[in-house]
Amino acid sequence: MHAQEIIRSIEQEFIKTDLPLINIGDNVRVNVKIVEGGKERLQAFEGTVICRRGAGISKNITVRRVFQGIGVERVFLLHSPRIESIKVTRRGSVRRAKLFYLRDRVGKATRVKEKV
Amino acid sequence: MALGLLGRKLGMTQIFSESGEAIPVTVVECGPCIVTQVKTQDKDGYNAIQVGFGNVSEKALTQPELGHLKKHEIVPLRHLQEFRLDAPPTMNVGEEVSPDLFMAGQKVDVRGLSIGKGFAGTVKRHHFGRGPKSHGSKNYRAPGSIGAGTTPGRVFPGVRMPGRMGNKQVTVLKLTVVRVDAERKFIIIKGALPGCEGNLLRITPTNLVGGK
Repeated sequence: MHAQEIIRSIEQEFIKTDLPLINIGDNVRVNVKIVEGGKERLQAFEGTVICRRGAGISKNITVRRVFQGIGVERVFLLHSPRIESIKVTRRGSVRRAKLFYLRDRVGKATRVKEKV
Repeated sequence: MALGLLGRKLGMTQIFSESGEAIPVTVVECGPCIVTQVKTQDKDGYNAIQVGFGNVSEKALTQPELGHLKKHEIVPLRHLQEFRLDAPPTMNVGEEVSPDLFMAGQKVDVRGLSIGKGFAGTVKRHHFGRGPKSHGSKNYRAPGSIGAGTTPGRVFPGVRMPGRMGNKQVTVLKLTVVRVDAERKFIIIKGALPGCEGNLLRITPTNLVGGK
């Protein structure tokens, strides 16, 4: 068998088929499984998708939100079993593939236009 | 000293552990590995098993190579390598060495040729620092001094200089086996392995003193 076929068949076991379509500028709510003292619980992280990278099993998104005046960015591997679910809460309309310019903005200027 | 496997590097990917951690892994095609010769203490002066890997057409091999394999009616194989053993070998010629030799979680050493980098300077080859790029500097990636002056009046042997880099045998120690698939004949090893995709690799149980 061809090398790439074997590698893809290994990745296939981990690939999720129920992922929603996530675009740049969308607001998403990511539920992450966290193990604390032997117990598992869910932690939600909500913010704007500012970056989408990778393909196949290494596909990931960067989600940014401003929390108590401090910008927080988290990178999520979409196919990771630690990610319980992802929900798109708002569709954004943007003209860039990467929204890194949001990092230099504060307050009202960080808003992303909603897609209608 | 123990029996190992020959394999072909297929490429890298990542998989997730049970706890959800992403593990970088290399997939190695390990078979069919066929025992092509058995050497014993009595007959050859040492115990070893010669393993062949990589099916090729008859045309690709020389007559002596073909003769060696045809003696035991083995298909033409590209690579033949010996694995020295402590105990007399129990396997027979023509048997297949299964990837089952290794278990998930076991530590292995992997040997192979590294990627050739050609004629490389000291910055790339020996991790020398480079000079400033501006402020009138002309010393960008030059090696600098290679020794003192009239005394000793020569360059000491072993001074690190530019030259051919890579394309050398490299052994990576203590890598963890993540998964073994005996049916489809590949094993998955955590981390990077020497060489480019398609490179011949020699996988043996790890050989660290006092370590398992």
